[in-house]
This record gives sequence, C-alpha cells and structure tokens, in this order.
Amino acid sequence: MLGRTANGLFWMFRYLERAENTARLLDAGLRMALTRDIRSAEEEWRSVVSTLGFKAQYESVNDSYDGSSVWNFVLRDSANPANVREMMGAVRSNARTARTSLSSQTWEAVNENWMKLEKTLARPVSQSGMIEVIARLRRTGMQVHGAMDTTMLRNEGYHFARAGTFIERAESTARILDMKYYLLLPSLSYVGSSLDSGQWDQVLRSAAGASAYSWLNKGNIDARGIVEFLVLDERFPRSIAFCQGALRTNLVELSRLHGGDGECHALMADADTHLADMTVERIFERGLHEYLTNFMLRNAAIGNAIAEDYRFLA
Amino acid sequence: MAGTAPPKSDNFDEMTDAGGSTRDAYVDYCRWYEGQEPGLLKRKNSEADESFRRTGITFNVYGEDEAEERLIPFDMVPRIITAGEWRRLTKGIEQRVRALNAFLADLYHRQEIIRAGRLPERLLHNNAAWLPNMVGMTPPGGIYTHIVGIDLVRTGPDEFFVLEDNARTPSGVSYMLENRETMMAMFPDLFSQVAVEPVSKYPSRLARSLAACVPPKFDASNGRKPNVAVLTPGIYNSAYFEHAFLADQMGAELVEGSDLRVVDGRVQMRCTRGYEPVDVIYRRVDDDYLDPLTFEPDSVLGVPGIMDVYRSGGVTIANAPGTGVSDDKAIYSFMPEIVEFYTGEKPLLPNVETWRCADKDSLGYVLDNLEELVVKEVHGSGGYGMLIGPTASKKEIKKFRAKLEANPENYIAQPTLSLSTCPIYTSKGLAPRHVDLRPFVLCSPNGIEITPGGLTRVALKKGSLVVNSSQGGGTKDTWVLKD
Repeated sequence: MLGRTANGLFWMFRYLERAENTARLLDAGLRMALTRDIRSAEEEWRSVVSTLGFKAQYESVNDSYDGSSVWNFVLRDSANPANVREMMGAVRSNARTARTSLSSQTWEAVNENWMKLEKTLARPVSQSGMIEVIARLRRTGMQVHGAMDTTMLRNEGYHFARAGTFIERAESTARILDMKYYLLLPSLSYVGSSLDSGQWDQVLRSAAGASAYSWLNKGNIDARGIVEFLVLDERFPRSIAFCQGALRTNLVELSRLHGGDGECHALMADADTHLADMTVERIFERGLHEYLTNFMLRNAAIGNAIAEDYRFLA
Repeated sequence: MAGTAPPKSDNFDEMTDAGGSTRDAYVDYCRWYEGQEPGLLKRKNSEADESFRRTGITFNVYGEDEAEERLIPFDMVPRIITAGEWRRLTKGIEQRVRALNAFLADLYHRQEIIRAGRLPERLLHNNAAWLPNMVGMTPPGGIYTHIVGIDLVRTGPDEFFVLEDNARTPSGVSYMLENRETMMAMFPDLFSQVAVEPVSKYPSRLARSLAACVPPKFDASNGRKPNVAVLTPGIYNSAYFEHAFLADQMGAELVEGSDLRVVDGRVQMRCTRGYEPVDVIYRRVDDDYLDPLTFEPDSVLGVPGIMDVYRSGGVTIANAPGTGVSDDKAIYSFMPEIVEFYTGEKPLLPNVETWRCADKDSLGYVLDNLEELVVKEVHGSGGYGMLIGPTASKKEIKKFRAKLEANPENYIAQPTLSLSTCPIYTSKGLAPRHVDLRPFVLCSPNGIEITPGGLTRVALKKGSLVVNSSQGGGTKDTWVLKD
C-alpha cells in the first residue's frame, strides 16, 4: 500500500473519531447547561471550550460563554480552524485520498453524511439544529465503522484505520479526565455535593460511559471509581486501557504483515509496561494530571512513530 | 400511463421518425416506458441525482472555486443503438484507431507521410503537442494511444461523422460505467425486458490491455505480475473521481507525483514497506507536467527523471507522451488522407467537412459565411474558444472575425451540423435534445477492443448544440442492443 494512502486512512479515522467526541462533549455540555442556573451554565460551556483546547481562539472572538456562541464556534465558526465542519471536511478529503482502499459502502457512508452536515453547517445552528447535528455525527461514526467492519479487507489499510481510531479515542478520554482532574482529587471527592456528582456525571457522559458506569457501580459515583473505569477498565471501549489494547492488536497485525517491528512497536511495549503496573492508588499518588499528561505524550509519540515507520510522508 | 408524443423537429430524431413511428432501436424501450406510471418516473428522476451525489461522481469546473464539486446532470432516457448500427460503427472506429497509432509511429520516426507530400510539415511544428523528445523512441508494444475516445455525431439513419479524435487522455469513461449502474438500480425490470450489451467489462479489459504493454526491463521471473498505477494530479483535479474509480475497479494503485521517485533506473512508488517499482503508468497528467527535468520545470505533479526511465525501457507511460499531436484540429482535417495513407482503405467513417483557415481561399469563404459556420481553435477543447455562427450575436461575430483575421492559422471552420436528437425526460414529458457519442477504444499489442456503448453527451437546453459538460451538457446511458 502507498504510504500516502496509509496516511489518508489513519487521519480519516482520527478526524472521524475527533468529530464524534466533540459532538459528545457538546451534548454533555448542553445537558448540564439545561439543568443549571445561568452562571453555572456559562461555567459548563467554558469547560467544554477548554477541554477542546480552543480557549484562546474562542475568547478572541467572543465576550461570553453562552451556549449558542459556543456550539456555533465549535461546530462551524471560521475563526476556529478546528471546527467540526472542517474536521468532517478532513474526514472526507482523506477518504477521497484513500478512496481505492475503502469499500464503496464505507466511502458512501462518509460522503452521504458529509453532504448532509455540510448543508446544515452552512448556516448558524439553533439549539434544535445542534441536537440534529450531534445525532448525525453519532450516526456517521456508526455507519462508517459498521461499513468498515462488514465490508473491508483485513489488510494493512484496515489496521492503519483502526490505529488512528484508538489513538484519537484514548487522547479524547484522557483530555476529558484531565480537564476535570481537580474535581477528582480525593480530598474534594468526599464532599459528595450534588454539584459534584453532576460534574462527574458530565465527565462520564462526555466519554459515553454514564450508563455503563452506573451499571457496573450500582450508582456509586466517586473519584476512584471514575478513574478506575475510564483509565483501567478493559471492558469499557473508550477507556485508556481498552484503546491501548486495541491499538496493540492492530500494531501486532501490522508487524506480522510487514514481517517485523518498527519504532512504534518499541514505544507500544513501553506504554504496555507502564499500564501493567498501574493501579488507581498509584495514579492518585503521582497525581492524576501528571499521569494523564504523560500518557498523552506517549500516545502521540506512537502516532508519530507509525507515520515514520510506514512512510506516511515523503 | 406515460405518453411518447412525436417530437416536432427538423433533425434526425433517434427515437421517432418523421411519420411519428418509433424507430427499431426504441421499440422495446417505448413499450416499457408507456407502461410506467408518470408519478413513478417523476420520483425516480429526482432520486437519480441523489444517488450520483452519494457515490461522489462529481467534477470540478475549471476556473471555479477549487472546492466546488458539481454533478454532470444525468438524463434517464437511454440513447439506444441497434446491433447492426454498432457493427458498422465499430469497423470504422477500429480502422481510424489503427491509422492513428500508425500515424503517430510514423510522425516520431521516418515521417513518410510528410515525405510523400500528404501532410504539410508546418502542421507538426505549429503543434503545441508535438514532442521532439519522442523522436526515434518506440513505446513498449509499439502502442502510442492505448485509450482513445472517438467523438461521433449523427445526422441521419446511416450518417455518422467523426467530430474529434481524443488520442491524448480521453475522459468520461466512468460516466459510461456509472450511468449504467444507476439505470440498472433505478429500473431493474427494464433490463429484463430489453437485451442490452454490458459495459461492465471495461475496467478489467483496461487492466489487461495496460498489463500487455510492459516495458522491456520488466522482470517476469518468479511469476511477478506487472504493477499498474493510475497517475492523478490529485483530489482537486476535475476528473479525480474518475481516476480513483478506474484505479479501484482495476485493482491498481492510484498515485500522485509525490508518491513516485526514480530509484535504480526504475520509477518506484513509496509504499508502507519501502519503494516498489511501477511497470505501467496510466497517466492522467498532461505531457507538460510529467517530468520537471524535461518539460515544465515548476511542475509538482510529475516525476523528475521519468522520461529518462521511459526512454531506457524501465516504464510504460500510457498514453505515450506526444500523442496529443493528433488531437489537433488542423491535423483532424487531414484524417481522411491519414486513414488512407496507413490502411490503404477508404475511411469508413467520414470527417465533418472542414475549412482550414490557414488556406487563403478557405479563409475567404469562412469570413464570408461566419453566420453559418462553427469556428474552432485548432488546439482548443472542452467547447471553449469557439464560435457557433447561427446562434451568435452580431457583436460576438464581429469580435470573433477580428480574432480570426489576426491569426487565421489558429482556426478551422465546419458547417453547422444538424445533429441528431434523442429525447430527454422533462416534467412535461419527453423532449428532443441534441446528442453526440464518445465510444471508448482500448489498444494493446493483442488488438483493439471497443466496449459496446460509450458516453452520450446531451445538450440539455432546447435547441442548443453544445454538449460539453463544462457548458451545461448532461449525459445519458448508452445502449447497444444485443442481436
């Protein structure tokens, strides 16, 4: 396979995942905002923008954190070069680049949803419009992954696509946790006020884990439980441990297909060693923030090594 | 029930004769059509666009915003050709394509046709597509034009004319294939009632035909299969969809210039495992951009050094560089002589009568009759830079006259043909519109293959003769009936 095509597949799936995760953050934000007074609602929207890393750009064009400004900024504002419309554009142009390595069902799932989103996002989005966009983004992810699962050859292209998905997903889960890490400090978590449990609920919702978590923990929400769930629980498909395991599986396949390991495999082994002796206690001992920051650096390094090992770029 | 009212027109209509009866080619189709609910047809018609957009068959119009993608409108009434008509056409096309390849080989070698005084030498030197670098070089398999599109127009039951030869890089074959897919998805029952020759073999024939032209340095030991790649300028090119489509259907790599590099005397592509040689390149990049070391130094679309590899037998480039020389409209005017010179036969398919404005007498005639004629630039394509006398305003004619007088060598003129019409579907029923036809021809050392069908372009505007997609033309599925 061409290095450029591998690059296209990898980034197509990273952007797809990023767009879907962004939609989920907006959804959780909206939910919080609707159940709060105006001041705390603003606080929620501010944290959505910070989690996405857009704080400086946002504040350069907006004076306040009202919902409509936030979701329009995140979804379509040209002042925000990483808006969802751009992300979906990147999904599609990467898919076009890698068109010959995608099944036609996968390509059509991308193209059809892109056309619909492009139409909706051409104009300012109302609250009901936003709910529609979120639903569409979620459906896009499901359709594309579904088409891929049922129609694509399990060759190297498939594994590059999956590697992109899990690197991006792990990054997103880590970011969401990191943004709220102060809420999860043990000293505060024992307060257990309703505000805090609402915040935790939002963290879980942003990672699509609210119902899975409560099913596993019988409604018992605490810092320890949440960190254990989002970082270490290998059963939950958005946890760091799960994503890392899935990434490993795909890297192992690539190594098998290519008859050998690269730098990315060495970094992956490193990351595995780190995870193997990790417990919630150790994470809190060293500091959740430090742990997450280090994780994100390692995760990004694996992505760069994949690009290097498999000649993504000239 | 849907009705098929006879069209009122002075042209040859392909569906209905002057007396209002349906012609043989359309009898089965019309029977089917008349049995359809008008409401259903209307719904199907509006669904067709949606289906094309979903598949992504779009093209970018030059000069517009790069990101803008447009659909070429699709008309759901097929253009139908009988088996007998097709047999006659293919004989003529095959003869012409044989002559084209022989002509190109001669031009780049001994130039017998010029020595024999049958073609003026200045036509070569005035020809922007003439490549001195190709002189004396024989392409692998001796083939210059591997993929040819011959543009035909019709004016009567047996009157087909060649309007244009596209030996350089004919496009549009993806529409031939996708239009058929769409028709079969829209009207499956129709295909069970009318026996139509399939077009779906084209991609595998193309792959086979390209693989038959491996370069001399191709090493077939260990049962190695030739690596075929489609070279595209990239996702912003107007025909990118077609490049990706053909690569996908052939199971070939779709490469850009930046993926290729000359390593150890071969053209190699950057793969995830390292560099791998490419044996045959179906390039959809113009000659000028192929090799910055030989042609345009600023080109980023090509591969530095590819021409050296080509000349030393390390790679096949299809179509061969320099092939465009025969697409020139001044050369076109000599095609009847060219066909006769190389095949020893009278041309089976006539040219449209053509005045070369470079000749003084012809120029005089053309200037006196601008209102009646179609005047074209010799190197032009896509319907740009031409004058259609009968529909042009006085002012347009005056402007064009000045251009023509300033540089007569740059123009040829043709009578305004009374092109045949074929009905299109409109909300008010069927309505006749002018059409042309581009069959696609494959040449390899194993012979010439013509896929039964082609691209029918249709001028969607009533009375218009311009079928180019860049100027409001649409396309139709083209059927060749089985015997």
